[in-house]
Amino acid sequence: MTVFIQYLVNGLSMGSVYAIIALGYTMVYGIAKMLNFAHGDVIMVGAYVSFCATSYLGLPGWLSVVLSVVVCTVLGVLVEGLAYRPLRAAGPLAVLITAIGVSYFLQNAAQLLWGATPKNFTSLVRFPVPPFLAQFNVSAVSLVTILACILIMVVLMWFTSKSKMGKAMRACSEDKAAAQLMGINVNRTISMTFAIGSALAAIAGVLLCSYSPVLQPTTGAMPGIKAFTAAVFGGIGSIPGAFVGGVLLGIIEAMAQAYISTSLANSIVFAVLIVVLLVKPAGLLGKYVPEKV
Amino acid sequence: MSKFEFEKGKMVPYPSRAIVPDRDVNETPALECIHLGIEFGGLKAVDDFNLTIGKTEIAGLIGPNGAGKTTVFNLLTKVYQPTNGTILLNGQDTSGKTVSQVNRMGIARTFQNIRLFSSMTVEDNVKVGLHNQEKYTGLEGVLRLPSYWKHEKQAHERAMELLSIFDMEKHANDQAGSLPYGAQRRLEIVRALATNPSLLLLDEPAAGMNPSETAELMENIVKIRDTFGIAIMLIEHDMSLVMNICEGICVLSFGKVIAKGTAEEIQNNETVIEAYLGKKKEA
Amino acid sequence: MNFLKNKQTRSDFITYGLVIVAFLVVFFMQANHMIPRMFAGQLVPITAYIVMAISLNLVVGVAGDLSLGHAGFMSIGAYTGIVTAVSMQAAGAPQTLALVVSIVVGAVFAAIAGFIIGIPVLRLRGDYLAIVTLAFGEIIKEVVTCLIVGVDAHGLHVVFNLRGNATVNDLHLMDNGIAIIKGAQGASGVSTYSTFVAGFVLIMIALVVVLNLVRSRTGRAIEAVRDNRIAAESVGISVTKYRMIAFVVSAALAGAAGALFGGNFSQLSATKFDFNTSILILVFVVLGGLGNMRGSVIAAAVLTILPEALREFSDYRMLVYAIVLILVMICTNSPQIQGFIARFKPKKKGEAEANV
Repeated sequence: MTVFIQYLVNGLSMGSVYAIIALGYTMVYGIAKMLNFAHGDVIMVGAYVSFCATSYLGLPGWLSVVLSVVVCTVLGVLVEGLAYRPLRAAGPLAVLITAIGVSYFLQNAAQLLWGATPKNFTSLVRFPVPPFLAQFNVSAVSLVTILACILIMVVLMWFTSKSKMGKAMRACSEDKAAAQLMGINVNRTISMTFAIGSALAAIAGVLLCSYSPVLQPTTGAMPGIKAFTAAVFGGIGSIPGAFVGGVLLGIIEAMAQAYISTSLANSIVFAVLIVVLLVKPAGLLGKYVPEKV
Repeated sequence: MSKFEFEKGKMVPYPSRAIVPDRDVNETPALECIHLGIEFGGLKAVDDFNLTIGKTEIAGLIGPNGAGKTTVFNLLTKVYQPTNGTILLNGQDTSGKTVSQVNRMGIARTFQNIRLFSSMTVEDNVKVGLHNQEKYTGLEGVLRLPSYWKHEKQAHERAMELLSIFDMEKHANDQAGSLPYGAQRRLEIVRALATNPSLLLLDEPAAGMNPSETAELMENIVKIRDTFGIAIMLIEHDMSLVMNICEGICVLSFGKVIAKGTAEEIQNNETVIEAYLGKKKEA
Repeated sequence: MNFLKNKQTRSDFITYGLVIVAFLVVFFMQANHMIPRMFAGQLVPITAYIVMAISLNLVVGVAGDLSLGHAGFMSIGAYTGIVTAVSMQAAGAPQTLALVVSIVVGAVFAAIAGFIIGIPVLRLRGDYLAIVTLAFGEIIKEVVTCLIVGVDAHGLHVVFNLRGNATVNDLHLMDNGIAIIKGAQGASGVSTYSTFVAGFVLIMIALVVVLNLVRSRTGRAIEAVRDNRIAAESVGISVTKYRMIAFVVSAALAGAAGALFGGNFSQLSATKFDFNTSILILVFVVLGGLGNMRGSVIAAAVLTILPEALREFSDYRMLVYAIVLILVMICTNSPQIQGFIARFKPKKKGEAEANV
């Protein structure tokens, strides 16, 4: 039983990381309707920035997180403005390939800057865990990750439903032309969405590497793909969907690793995704809109 | 308005009491709808729709916006599966069939918002319509066996012949999406005809056309009916077209049939006038 | 040459001619040892990538379904091909026969996989289809990584390494048995059997199959489904059937390419066929032009040679590649930039030859 709870908590905290990334993914997809394959690499950049800030500059952990959030936000806005904005009217494939180009660029730039050898990321979260949790081997990182994820989701839900910018985002994701006619600055709204998504990616990067400390240029790729899977799984475009999808995906992965096969864990996660999409074509919490004839 | 004159059939009762043109009374009707209906989440979009179309009749389906006219077409072509009722196409039940299956059973349509294969050439659009009449397999096509050449030649000739109905042969190699609007509408009709239907459904064929184009279209619709000997049912807001060429007219309002009859009968029907113009104020 | 009057036929024969000329030139250079060493080893992979690009273009360009897991079919072809070739060579079959049979077997197994995967995948569309093909690509990669296969006088021995603790010894091979695939290590210690000539022949076959298919009623149906699914259904075309045909033919060609590719390396692990490979091939297809087979051939060849040629930039070459990729996409797709370029271009009369 103890072991099971341990696996469950592992799954929950990994799932929370996925959820944070997926939240960014889902917002960007919702508004830009693009598969942003570079999103995972922003995570990697976030983790490197935090790593450098603490290891080379000796900054305190919290400041390194702030710094990495700032850097990633700027990066996200820059990438959107330079690479994606000129393609606003282009087909989805052109945007997809551009996103892949951005992903290659970030990975290779990171390799040039920091080298291909993996860095050992020291966890930023170090405090004693209450004994009733410690008996299940629950780490401080897990606790922080889960709490951070819940907090972020609640804030995002509030932001998109109540704030002016959030409403503008929802309007743009429904119909950009109509939003523009209502006086919404579409370009600024999209930039803002990328900024938020990238900031979340930075946080996810720090948490991810606090959790599994190997940091290299390809660190973000697989979590990025899995987080996207999580977003689709929960219903892309839906914020609670991304949360549910991420957490479920983390738990399924942990259980598959523990009880079925380590080497097939990803396959099992993907198989579950496929089954879910076949039963619910728009994901768990997504809305299915049939094509009108 | 137009000088176009067209001899309509006299409408007589079919044995099932429905009205069809006198020349079709001894033939199996092209279409019979019996208590046809569909609900979307409790809303009856089409309710108890009954209609018989004679083998060579030109029928009209009219009604105010949102009355459910296109929904009827979608039911007939199985884009939606009806929740109630039966559809008989040439006397055969179409229940449980898919869109492509009912097309093979003899129903073809055009769309209100044009749906061409816009990146393909005009000729290829028509050839796609001929798809089920070309009998060779994909393997024969890849290996370019004699059957491929023979059928491709036939398909080319047939496509040109069909395009000639609307004088469109010269556009055969143009990209369908680059055609002017009116030509796109005509191409859709040609493509539908290529599938060799016994009932052709036209969804607002004259939309966006000017009066002379409309007059020409009217002539062509009758010509198509005469050459192919098929039934045609059309949805149209242009009343001159409907009243001129439709033999039987069915008026739909809020998903219900409110009137059926010949052009004269419909024009003088109180309920129809009310549905279109609203209730007359009591003096 | 009456048949060349048809614009499409003429375009197809230009493509064939281009491939034949390129082959003859390279073949001549090879015979005279004029090919730099770093490219000599690339010849077979280039042909395999060209076939992959043609095959993926059938799904993405002609059928309009974005597949992100095409490397999975390549890997199935590669592994079944290697097993076939090694078993046949062990039984004393000549190398060429082993190569031909292994390519056929690779194609057949990939086609079967394509059919099985196509059943669920083709119920979806657009980005959902893309993510599910990606998922299948990863599943194939991991499943293949779990395989341990060997051959001896009793035939094939297969162990599925689910818990990660099986080794080659679990195959219980006889003394003269050969372990062909060793789980995560992949296939190793295998003698290579692929040749450049075989690669050329496979490209020609792939081109003939795809181009002739596209020009037939089947191809028109596939394109019709891509352009407008609802209209295609309304003229009596079974949408699933034709998407499936495109998917399976494409998988078969990818399997054949995989078998060819696999026979070029004495050491081959399943990670060679991961998501990045699928993406690489998608880049060929998009840069070459959707539905444009000649473009796919050229893009695959150029973009495989380019990173090698950029070796003098050593560390910067992938960075340069990434920047070039982004710039090309922006320049070819951004309306502003296209308008800017058009201002300097003299107007051509009767532009736009059909580029398929």
